[in-house]
Amino acid sequence: MNTIRVVLPAHLRTLARIDGEVALDISGQVTQGSVLDALEVRFPMLRGTIRDQVTKRRRPFIRFFACEQDFSHESPDTPLPEPVARGDEPLLIVGAMAGG
Amino acid sequence: MSGVRVLVGTRKGAFVLTSDGKRERWDVNGPHFGGWELYHLKGSPVDPNRLYASQSSGWFGQIIQRSDDGGKTWETPGGEKMPDPYDPPGGMSNNFVYDTSSETGKPLTTHQWYDGTQHPWEFKRVWHIEPSLTDPDTVYAGVEDAALFRSINGGQTWQEVPALRSAKGHLWQPGAGGMCLHTIILDPGDPERIFVAISAAGTFRTDDGGKTWRPVNRGLKSQMELPDPHAEVGHCVHCIAMHPSRPHVLFMQKHWDVMRSDDAGESWHEISGDLPSDFGFPIAVHAHEPDTIYVVPIKSDSEHYPPDGKLRVYRSRTGGNEWEALTKGLPQQNCYLNVLRDAMAVDSLDPCGVYFGTTGGQVYASADSGSTWTSIVRDLPPVLSVEVQALP
Repeated sequence: MNTIRVVLPAHLRTLARIDGEVALDISGQVTQGSVLDALEVRFPMLRGTIRDQVTKRRRPFIRFFACEQDFSHESPDTPLPEPVARGDEPLLIVGAMAGG
Repeated sequence: MSGVRVLVGTRKGAFVLTSDGKRERWDVNGPHFGGWELYHLKGSPVDPNRLYASQSSGWFGQIIQRSDDGGKTWETPGGEKMPDPYDPPGGMSNNFVYDTSSETGKPLTTHQWYDGTQHPWEFKRVWHIEPSLTDPDTVYAGVEDAALFRSINGGQTWQEVPALRSAKGHLWQPGAGGMCLHTIILDPGDPERIFVAISAAGTFRTDDGGKTWRPVNRGLKSQMELPDPHAEVGHCVHCIAMHPSRPHVLFMQKHWDVMRSDDAGESWHEISGDLPSDFGFPIAVHAHEPDTIYVVPIKSDSEHYPPDGKLRVYRSRTGGNEWEALTKGLPQQNCYLNVLRDAMAVDSLDPCGVYFGTTGGQVYASADSGSTWTSIVRDLPPVLSVEVQALP
């Protein structure tokens, strides 16, 4: 079991009624998909806000950053970096810059 | 009557405005859901403290919010963590999935696209929420891409009313604002009858609770958009209003033209009469005078502001054709804002109150059926919707 850290954008923290980081226990491989699965079980109101409810595809203006890298275009099944899996570094779920 | 509650949806949050029956002093509460677009909020006619809100964002998609205390607190229906397994599962209140089942939805896969090709239906957002007239847990949602959804559990889960899209859905096409179902009218005298309006498809009616639908657009003329003068669908209807005492009489603000039907949409005739422009978005009916109606003329489809820079509500007390400009308290120079389709409402007090919100962020109210107006709040984000509740 890994305890990983997730940082949500402010609007989703408000929606989920939380402050600060989220700590999630993940059994098995730590991937985008497994982290989002665990996040949505704990906070069902976030379903559909980060990825599509049905297709599970990332919403267009959501990005996944960790360890100063952008993992947004990686497969949901790709393992996240070791420091994220160990809980040393957070997975950042970010609302992309949009607008002018 | 103890008071009035005005529900205001804006580009950056929701506001709840309250007053006593005199409607002179107003408390402004908000923003709720700051930073999100609130396309529409509406209360249940049978439980005024039960409110529903459509919250959306380009980043995070659609959220449905519900309040059981008149807007003081809100929750996403079924959004809290439940024991597993739980029926219905949590977090489904924003799951609007088009029916593609072989029984009801199979043929309903595409609609007309700008280039003449067929395009798949894609959910964008909820434009309009219409709570049931009899059950606070039953509520309808009009969505983009145009379809009608229904929830019977207070918004926890939604199912499409799919037969609507079989009413020539392959010929519907998006207007400039998107292909949205923006008007839902439940017939107070006949629980099986519902009217909906879609841009740019037209008006549709069911007489069997949603099992079958048909276009009811005869008499609408849209020469600049539709070359066929007898086109059954494709009309850009902006808003429809009905007085509950006369559910067979409908008033319509079309893209161009103000229209009226006296036979539940079977046929329409123009009542634009002496309006300075017959383009506009909202239309409303006086709460106690079924032939008194209100529109806000807008200069043109590309110039979305009032003619001559003067914000004027027009009132007809003859069911159309003869209109008077209502200007007292409204800006009469250098005014270049818009009033959107869901941003006008009436209360049921006596005298009837009339309310509208602008893209400039003002909400104007009249406590005397429109004769005089005051700005009850200004400098909000652009107003998308205004609804009003008279509180017991």
